[in-house]
Amino acid sequence: MKKLCLKVTAVEQLSPLVKRFRFEDPTGATLPVFSGGAHLTVEMPEGDTIRRNSYSLISDPYDGSAYEIAVRREDRGRGGSLYMHTKVSEGDDITVSLPSNLFQLDLRARKHVLIGGGIGITPFLSQLRQLDMEQKPYELHYAARSREEAAGIKLLPQAAHIHVHISEEGSRMDLGAILDGQPLGTHVYTCGPDGLITAVADQTARLGWPKAAVHSEAFTAPPPGEPFDVVVKSSGKTVHVKADQSLLEALEAAKVDIDYSCRGGACGRCHTKVTACDGRILHNDHWLSDDERAAQQDIMPCMSRFKGTRLELDL
Amino acid sequence: MPKTEFSPSIDSRPTYAGLVSQGAAPAIMVADEAGAAALFDLAASDASVMDHAHVVLVGCDAAALGDVKPVALHEAPDFDAATPLVTQLLNTARMGTQIYLAGSEGLIGHVSALAFAAGMPVDEIQMEHRGSIARRMQCVHCKGITEDVTTDPFTCAHCGLTLFVRDHFSRRLGVFQGVCVDAETPGVVPEVVEIQA
Repeated sequence: MKKLCLKVTAVEQLSPLVKRFRFEDPTGATLPVFSGGAHLTVEMPEGDTIRRNSYSLISDPYDGSAYEIAVRREDRGRGGSLYMHTKVSEGDDITVSLPSNLFQLDLRARKHVLIGGGIGITPFLSQLRQLDMEQKPYELHYAARSREEAAGIKLLPQAAHIHVHISEEGSRMDLGAILDGQPLGTHVYTCGPDGLITAVADQTARLGWPKAAVHSEAFTAPPPGEPFDVVVKSSGKTVHVKADQSLLEALEAAKVDIDYSCRGGACGRCHTKVTACDGRILHNDHWLSDDERAAQQDIMPCMSRFKGTRLELDL
Repeated sequence: MPKTEFSPSIDSRPTYAGLVSQGAAPAIMVADEAGAAALFDLAASDASVMDHAHVVLVGCDAAALGDVKPVALHEAPDFDAATPLVTQLLNTARMGTQIYLAGSEGLIGHVSALAFAAGMPVDEIQMEHRGSIARRMQCVHCKGITEDVTTDPFTCAHCGLTLFVRDHFSRRLGVFQGVCVDAETPGVVPEVVEIQA
């Protein structure tokens, strides 16, 4: 996988929990442009492990002078966002992947409705620049609990079609009012907590929207959990997965050859067959179907964990 | 006349699953005389489907619908007259509007392309083929469209080339593609046969 070695050129505290980071090429070279909704995978080396988290790009997709991301600190996460918040400062070197996009706009739409909850506003910050550039009609709805927590406000332009809903101030987002009566040819995109994504899916189904017009992105950093062991079938080697490590990270640290892309359970690239399972796979991805989850013959190592006595992978 | 069964072909060739009621939702329905019978059958399966339906009949009158009473009924003598009306209905429609098309390949192709341009995914459109299997063909060379093609090969009404009738279909334009049949061997043209379902 091609990587970019960049310099951190700005760090800004947007809200008590969210920081913005700007990365530029150290020689001033132009970076590859991307499309709205794309993300980067950031490498965070700590000791003998390299943690990698994916973050949506929030900068202008057509601006090759820098990449920007916004990171929310998760104190109960497995340490990726804490690393970004406590160990990364201006002037540091940072290694990132090339941008890739699992949440692109469907440009056949006649109108776009973007709905972001909390830190889920991030992919829309690049999308709205693309929509402005292409002069496509859109409206954006951003929901947050309080104005103080709403890091996105500083990054959003002031415009009549950009709506901020602060539940603490009594202006909760009303999905029925937003979605009912949209013109034929509208597509809706949701990023945020699972509850918000489900609510939009339910509301659009009730209103008879075609499924192809409803898009969402829910990838999050892998959750920590209890440590467990996994057996690699080809070598018979046992790999230990620590509490604050994902299965994918443990396999990488043990030099097991495994492909990946989003590291958030959305792209399907690390899909691995399970050859023996005595216990329960804790599926945390958005890739496998309910039937596949129940069968316990497949696992997404970037997100999922295991509880039991033996898990063997076809690697 | 029952719905037409077509022989299996390439993925590009549209298939028409038949009209299935999506309930009492806002709806735009377009049919020709043979297709009106499919709307009649649709209403018989679920009368509520007509509660919010605008029906456009092309080349036939309201009698074709019998006692079915949609919320609005429009009649147009041909496609050209129907197009501004259907476009207006599509442009003012809301998300959740259902689209039902019934009749010839030409009617379904023509109106599904209008609906696609209005942002409706083609696989969400309810379609049922009734009546003529004549095709709407686009000449891939001059881009002209010849309506009601019933033979293969046929002569392009615009540039005069002899065209082979392909199952390759443009969803954007709502037409099958016709390709010059004697480009390599000018004048050597296969025997003309009737198009089959």
